[in-house]
Order: sequence, then structure tokens, then C-alpha cells
Amino acid sequence: MTLLEVAELRAGYGPVNVLHGVDFNVSEGEVVVILGANGSGKTTTLRAVSGIISCRGAIRFEDRSILGSRPEKIAQLGIAHVPQGRGTLTDLTVEENLRLGAYSRRDDRVTRDVNYWYDVFPRLGNRRGQAAGSMSGGEQQMLAIARAMMSVPKLLLLDEPSLGLAPIITQELFRVLADLNTSTGLSMLIVEQNAGLALGIATRGYVLESGAIAVRGSAEELAADDDVRKAYLGI
Amino acid sequence: MDQLEQFLQHLMNGIEAGVIYASLALALVLIFKTTGILNFAQGEMALVSTYFTWKLAEWGLPVWIAILVSVGVSFVGGALIERVVIRPVEKSSALVIVIVTIGLFLALNSLAQVVFGTDAHLMPRAYPNESWDVFGVNVEADTLVLVAVLAAECALLWYILQRTKVGLALRGVASNPDSSRLVGVPVGTMLMFGWGLSAAIGALAGSLVVPTTAGLTAGSMQSILVFAFAAAALGGFDSPLGAVVGGLIVGVANSLTTAYVDWLNDIEIIVPFGLILLVLLFKPAGLFGKVHVERV
Repeated sequence: MTLLEVAELRAGYGPVNVLHGVDFNVSEGEVVVILGANGSGKTTTLRAVSGIISCRGAIRFEDRSILGSRPEKIAQLGIAHVPQGRGTLTDLTVEENLRLGAYSRRDDRVTRDVNYWYDVFPRLGNRRGQAAGSMSGGEQQMLAIARAMMSVPKLLLLDEPSLGLAPIITQELFRVLADLNTSTGLSMLIVEQNAGLALGIATRGYVLESGAIAVRGSAEELAADDDVRKAYLGI
Repeated sequence: MDQLEQFLQHLMNGIEAGVIYASLALALVLIFKTTGILNFAQGEMALVSTYFTWKLAEWGLPVWIAILVSVGVSFVGGALIERVVIRPVEKSSALVIVIVTIGLFLALNSLAQVVFGTDAHLMPRAYPNESWDVFGVNVEADTLVLVAVLAAECALLWYILQRTKVGLALRGVASNPDSSRLVGVPVGTMLMFGWGLSAAIGALAGSLVVPTTAGLTAGSMQSILVFAFAAAALGGFDSPLGAVVGGLIVGVANSLTTAYVDWLNDIEIIVPFGLILLVLLFKPAGLFGKVHVERV
């Protein structure tokens, strides 16, 4: 079943249009990757979906329109957005970051889930009382993912999770994401420049060029596509 | 009276003044911590609240009830000010926002004069002003009440900020509004809550402080605001604890200078402010202010 359906999406900043009619969808249980060069509109696409910037077109989540909804409302519906640069709440402790992630929840299993994420990312557990801003980039990226997951989302948006991380940390991160998808069936929409790793865990992919979808296909098809290989896999 | 008793008396007076500055500094810090705004209208917001308390008491309400009603109404008023006056300019530069709060300062001050007149009003106390002789030092009920109320305010604030979900959200908004929004925190509502809380603290401070002065006039809160700003700068604008300690230091330094340094009479104010200058020279974030540490 289709979870997220985006059609004819147009968005930009002030007078500058970045997206010129973008179409894509994410089905339940899928990991979808959007590849693209700097400035092609990847981040803008995610920001439009989570309601941070205004846009035109159609965005439907679970068969209801979320176009024009406020970001906090969209978050409450079940879309968690891990922003580029990790969005750490630097003055809060690691534990407070996680608990804030559960802000929209009304159940009493928050503490259990916090401990669950300490098990997944032991380094967060060791630093639970530490100011989150003092952690390394990789730790902050783990925290950002765990914080987003604390809301128990139906769809996880990830904006360049590998940005600025050492290759070994990036690999660990994508292994965790792949595990998440296979164990819980969580749907993900990942925007990445590291096409190799991203396509490795993805079901399908899109290539965004100058604000429009240029190529679409299964992860295998994209990984085999000559143009994609030249442009994004460096082969 | 021997010299030690005299010293303790001056110390006591300084503490009373300091607690007053601390109360308003706490309100300033709360807004700065959550929104990054220096609210120059804080004193005049408290002034209008105090006039409101006075009016309610004049209409025959018991003073304690009048204060509680005024605190509640001020909470709503503070939240409305955020929504109506501050929200439209929140994305503007710091300079624009400062000018808006100064405009608010003038508007509220003028409003108070138009509505309540320019004559001084006698502000009733909520308790009898008794005083006791404790080992030769005169301790007034005013001092005790102000200290107790400040302590209760601090405890309540600490509890709200550190132990409740809404407090966590408020600190989240202060730290990173964009990320808070992405996890579902209604940022605008939180900012209104912060301003409301701050206005309520100011209302309580004003309603308790003014009865200890000569009378309620449109200028009642202005010198207090200057000292409260000094206290917050000294303690660190993002630290509630700093506001309290800063207030006490400023109050005590001022009182002791007046008592013991004759040649500084009438300009004793330069001692607390000189002290602040020194502290800020070596610790620009204030005594308890957080130096922003961030790895990227």
C-alpha cells in the first residue's frame, strides 16, 4: 500500500524555485532513496514533505493530504524527519533529546524505548547525562536517528545521514538502518550522496536533477544504470 | 548598636533589595533563555500587573486574592503579548526586537498613566508589616515574605523546567526550535507559555515589592528593572540561579557601599556596576551563564 504519495511538487525559497514538479511515492515497508547532486533539490523535497517550507502540488500521507499542514502536525501523524546536520538540541542532555523525541506520545513506554535505543547505540547510553552538543558527529547522527525513532514513526525521512562522517561510522549507520527496516518494516525515504551505501539498503530509487525526477527504478536497476554509475558511484 | 549588628543590618537591607532585583531578573532570564530576547518591557509589564492588583484590592478583593488573580491574568496577558507583538517580528534582527520591546515599554507605561492616573497610589500589603529584633538586627516581615516567595518561585520554576514534559519542550525550543518542531512540539504555544510564565513572575514581584516603597506610580518599576538587568548580566542571562545570585550581589554591594563608603555617597551605584564590569571582563557569559559548547 502506498504510504506517501507526492505529485507535481513545486517549492522554493522566496522567488527562487527549486522543485519544478517532482513525483515519487513510498510504499509501506519500502526504503526509497533519492540521489542527486548538490543543489538538485533533495533537501528541499524532504523539507516540503515535513512541512518546514511551503509548497504547491500534492502530498498525501496514508491517503490524506498533508500539504500546508504545520510541521508539528505532520510529525504527530507519523513522519519523523532527521534533518541535514543532525538537528541536535545541543544544550539538552542525550537522554533529554530522546525524551523530547517522544513529545507527541501519550503512552507510558517512553522509558522502555529510551533504554532500547541505548542498547542499539551503546555510545548514547554511556553519555546519557552529557550535553548532546559535546558529542562527535557520528554520535550526534545516531542520536538524531534515535530521537526521530522515539516518536514511533510510520515513515522516517533521512537527509544525508552520511554527511561529514567517517566511512566506518557511515557503514555502521546504514547497517542499523537496514536492520530497522527488516526487523520492523519501517518505511524510509533517504536522501543521499553516498549512492553505493544507500542503494545497498534501498528497494527503489529516484535521481533528482535540477528540481525534477530524471531517472527512476529499482535499486538494482539504478545501480546498474551507466549514467547513475558515472555520476553518483564514481565508477 | 555595635559594629557587627550594624553590619548585619546593612546586609539584611541589601538582601531585601537584592531579592527584589532577583525576582524581576528571573522573569528576564526566563524569556531570554526560551526565546533569546532581552525584554526591556519586563518592568512595565510588571507595572501594569501591579496596577491591576491595586485596582482589584481597591474594589474590595482581599489582597492575596487580588495578587493571585493578577498573576493569572498576567500569565494570559504575557502569552498574548508574545502572540500579538513579538511573533510578527520574531524572525527579524535582534535590533528590531529590542526596539519593539522598548516600544512596548513606552506603550505600557503610557497606558498605565492614562488608565490609572499619574498620582501615587498607596499599595496595600497582603500581610501586616511586623518586624522582629533578632540578636539586635531588625528583621522585617517584608524581607521574609520576599525571600520566601522568591525561593518558592525558584523551586516551582526548577520543577517545571526540569521535571515536566512542557518544561522539557520549553528548553527544547530554546535550544533548537526547528528540531523541536520536527518532533511535534508546537513551538509557538511554547513561546507563549514562556512569556506567560515570565509575566506572571513579574506580576508577583511587582505586587509584593511596591507596597514596601513610597507608593505606586508609573515610575515604580524602572529603577528595579535597571538593577534586575544588572543582576541578570552578572549572573548570566540564561541562568535562573545566576539571576538570584546576581540580584543578591547587586543588592548587598549597593547597600554596603551606601553604609560604609562615604565619599561614594549618591553615586554608590558605581560599585555594583563596576563589579559587573569586572565580572563580564573575565567571564562574558556571566557567573553562571553557559558558554556555548558545540562540536560539529
